[in-house]
Amino acid sequence: MSLLATTLRRTGRRFVSSLPALFGVLVFTFLLMRVLPGDPAVFFASGANSGKEEIEMVRKQMGLDKPIPEQLFLYLKDVGSGKLGRSLTTGQPVVADIRQRLPASLELTFTALLIALLSAVPLGILAALRAGSFIDHAVRMFCVVGVCVPTFVSGLLLVYVFYYMFGIAPDPTGRLDVFTSAAPRVTGFLLIDFLIAGDMAGWLAAAKQLVLPALTMALFVLAPIARITRASMLAALGSDFVRTARSIGLPAWRIVVTYALRNAVLPVLTILGIVFSTMLGANVLVEKVFSWPGVASYALDALLASDYAPVQGFVLLMASIFVMVNLTVDILYSISDPRISIE
Amino acid sequence: MSTATSGTLNHVAWVLRGNPLTAVAAVGVALLCVLAAIGPWIVPYDPIASNVAIALQAPSAAHWAGTDQLGRDVFSRTVVAARLDLMIAASAVSLSFVVGAVIGSICGYVGGRLDRIVGRFVDVLMAFPLFVLAMAMVAALGNRVENIVIATAFINLPFYIRFARAEVNVRRNAGWVESARACGDSHLSVILRFLLPNILPAMAVQISLNLGWAVLNAAGLSFIGLGVQQPTPEWGIMVAEGARFISTGNWWLVACPGFALMVAVLFFNLLGDGLRDILDPRMRT
Repeated sequence: MSLLATTLRRTGRRFVSSLPALFGVLVFTFLLMRVLPGDPAVFFASGANSGKEEIEMVRKQMGLDKPIPEQLFLYLKDVGSGKLGRSLTTGQPVVADIRQRLPASLELTFTALLIALLSAVPLGILAALRAGSFIDHAVRMFCVVGVCVPTFVSGLLLVYVFYYMFGIAPDPTGRLDVFTSAAPRVTGFLLIDFLIAGDMAGWLAAAKQLVLPALTMALFVLAPIARITRASMLAALGSDFVRTARSIGLPAWRIVVTYALRNAVLPVLTILGIVFSTMLGANVLVEKVFSWPGVASYALDALLASDYAPVQGFVLLMASIFVMVNLTVDILYSISDPRISIE
Repeated sequence: MSTATSGTLNHVAWVLRGNPLTAVAAVGVALLCVLAAIGPWIVPYDPIASNVAIALQAPSAAHWAGTDQLGRDVFSRTVVAARLDLMIAASAVSLSFVVGAVIGSICGYVGGRLDRIVGRFVDVLMAFPLFVLAMAMVAALGNRVENIVIATAFINLPFYIRFARAEVNVRRNAGWVESARACGDSHLSVILRFLLPNILPAMAVQISLNLGWAVLNAAGLSFIGLGVQQPTPEWGIMVAEGARFISTGNWWLVACPGFALMVAVLFFNLLGDGLRDILDPRMRT
């Protein structure tokens, strides 16, 4: 009866139970892309006035002449062996393209999540500790307004304030300004690569580019995290064990951090899964605003060029990441509250 | 009957006293609707008439929110856009409400295999990041406004199905359902005449909160270039156009439609919170 074994068993079970959903995602993505109205064979056979034979050839080459069930079967086989097809716009295999661009998106998303957590959780705790005070109302007001501002608007306004008005942010396009040469690629995460290369000037340049997009995304998800932290902290602070801890004279920080926060963290974890999903969607908008070379902007470009494979790959990737995030949340669950894994 | 009505009124008055923002939000939503209805007749300028001579002017007495790169009045465009944005959101939400409520209540009422199959389908939908799914759907169905509506409705569907299913499920063995059956009502009639009206109040809250979300979603889609096309005034596409000029300091192109978006979503959300207090006292927080 070790905690690790229970956690592992639970994780395995949870993973298996998410497989049907993942399979459904595969089929659904396939069908979605196959009902696209434009004929990609015409699109990619060197223009609209290319001959009929040429179009037929491209269609054969892409496997579009086969019946739909067979195409689906072939697609599943390809995905199973790690092939996601070839992007017709970049000419690269989709897997290579995604591997190239995924670190940019992940770096942005994780930085944003970190900023959001580091500001929202303390804000929520503060609001709960001083319930009904000015701070509480200010936080609540901020939350109510925060969810109403679309990411693309807040991003652009941040650009206006920090780039145009104060001039302290760099030109809001891409991951690096034109004067900085990139660090040798090890992980693809620029902040880590520059550290490995020991190039602090480069690290600073990359961090500067990252701040505004990450802040934009963080602002968008601050509200739900702060709100849920406040609510669950209030419940924990009103509980008997906190009253007991107070009555025996434990230091205030210990009551708040060890007793209340540890018990209040579960709902926060739950909402993190949802928050992450929202962020994956918001990635598309933020990457567009800041010309961020991530997977979302890659998929968007492919989408507008009716290029199947990258979009399929992207949607699949997003859904898989989402499933994995939920799995992680589940594991964190049983670590933060051992009572759950006993059941 | 009259005591019941006055009781409800008292409750409404009590909630409004406690949370006057709800009244503000209700008035705000009403104003938005009026604006959407009569907008094109009250704006000072033609929203699509360009005049390059006055392009990119900052807000002034003549042009309250400045002019865009083609010299069109940003304020007029923002006001006129209200109709399209609200129409998209309202049709999307009503579509997913109707379809979701019907499917969900049938599943909750019938149960069994149908319930499980629909449940699986909903699980699959929920496994997608929703905005990404909407994006892919608009691309698949064709880059038109109707398809923004369909995509937005579709990604909302799982929530309505789940909600209606759960609400019907807890009521299906209630005494009044049994008596309706005993009186000879068919299953369909029980669902349509008794169960659906019974879960409506709870769903109204969902609808109002959803409207704000649908506005954001539709604007996001047109911001990335899906759905609404030039030169139609729409908040998302206006922000997208203004984005090109933000680095040169033309903030009003983004701020004006952005503010409109924010206010619309804010009103819908506040109204939803208030409605929850009025209609569903169990869920009071």
